[in-house]
Amino acid sequence: MSERQIQLEVLRYNPETDSEPRFQTYSVPCLNEWVVLDALNYVKDNLDTTLSYRWSCHMAVCGSCGMMVNGEPKLACKAFIHEYGDQIRVEPLANFPIERDLVTVVEDFIAKLASVKPYLIPKEDKPVSAGEFKQTPAQLLTFKQYTLCINCMLCYAACPQYGLVPEFIGPAAIALAHRYNQDSRDGGRDERQEVIASHEGVWECSFVGACSEVCPKHVDPAGALQQVKVASTIDWYKEHLMPWVKK
Amino acid sequence: MSRKPYIREISKTNWFFSQPRYMRYMAREVTCIFILVYTILLVFALKNLAQGPEAYAEFLEALNSPLGILFNLAALVAAVYHSTSWFNVTPQAMPIQRGEEFVPGNIIVGAHYGGWVVISLIVLFLGV
Ligand code: SF4
Ligand code: FES
Repeated sequence: MSERQIQLEVLRYNPETDSEPRFQTYSVPCLNEWVVLDALNYVKDNLDTTLSYRWSCHMAVCGSCGMMVNGEPKLACKAFIHEYGDQIRVEPLANFPIERDLVTVVEDFIAKLASVKPYLIPKEDKPVSAGEFKQTPAQLLTFKQYTLCINCMLCYAACPQYGLVPEFIGPAAIALAHRYNQDSRDGGRDERQEVIASHEGVWECSFVGACSEVCPKHVDPAGALQQVKVASTIDWYKEHLMPWVKK
Repeated sequence: MSRKPYIREISKTNWFFSQPRYMRYMAREVTCIFILVYTILLVFALKNLAQGPEAYAEFLEALNSPLGILFNLAALVAAVYHSTSWFNVTPQAMPIQRGEEFVPGNIIVGAHYGGWVVISLIVLFLGV
């Protein structure tokens, strides 16, 4: 196992004493198979116990370790040391306020996620005794990729539009709304459209596509947003040009 | 313990220099200006045509100037970049599902290129 000395530059911010963030560099002996999260854990365990950051699963599942690694939104547990040089710069996820060190304030994202009603709203109420809602593999395929989202917010950090217009509901939340809209068991599209087809919804998106490029789960949120735009445009034409056609 | 979140400001005017992928996006957006100008040029062509053969000949001559040729070349490059950058993302916006599989993205992109070639040939055929 080869070892390499890495200069880990970490953006630090202590809300109790600092007026603005500053970089602090740690010299970390890294094994080649380590990820950036291992290097941070080494710092926390051996060099500086005051360093704050979020993580949990260490396997790209929980979505809590998102941060900027050399300016790129990454999961720290999936950013392999061997893909970087001897100097690695780590900052909190872009476009989010910094709570402390690498910990960001995520209330805005959580509220937006809730606003799109990301749960099944059945078409009709059915007693449990009536049995399950059945779905074919083809029906599942229409939304399966969007179920893979781990709410890591890398897409929000990559999205320049979210940075410039914080009201924008943003990639992951709209992709998740699309996931339920596409679900054959769901009947809640009209309720979600009020939120996602609004100005702060898909129409704030100019299809930069950065969200899909950085998504660690290949959810392709940009694709979902464009599909919502297409469907909303069709709605509009139906409503205004063919009012006799029922939705 | 009170909270004091720190907000990193983003420049409203030059944010797109911070990432190559933002620059690529801006290139896609900016190239459409050439298409706009070219469209206006076409309207001018029609206007001159309506004014008679002399006006039209004058217009054609102006197009043949070094500046006219330079603009046409630049507009061609910009239009090709703009169009292909949109073609390449069509599978994301318009995925086609057949049964339990998606039609591969390169087929959807390829169909756009194919359509482009066919239309260009028709225009060429009508032009000569
Ligand atoms: S869409 Fe991708 S990048 Fe965005 S939160 Fe979900 S998993 Fe993360
Ligand atoms: S620690 Fe769970 S995704 Fe990285």
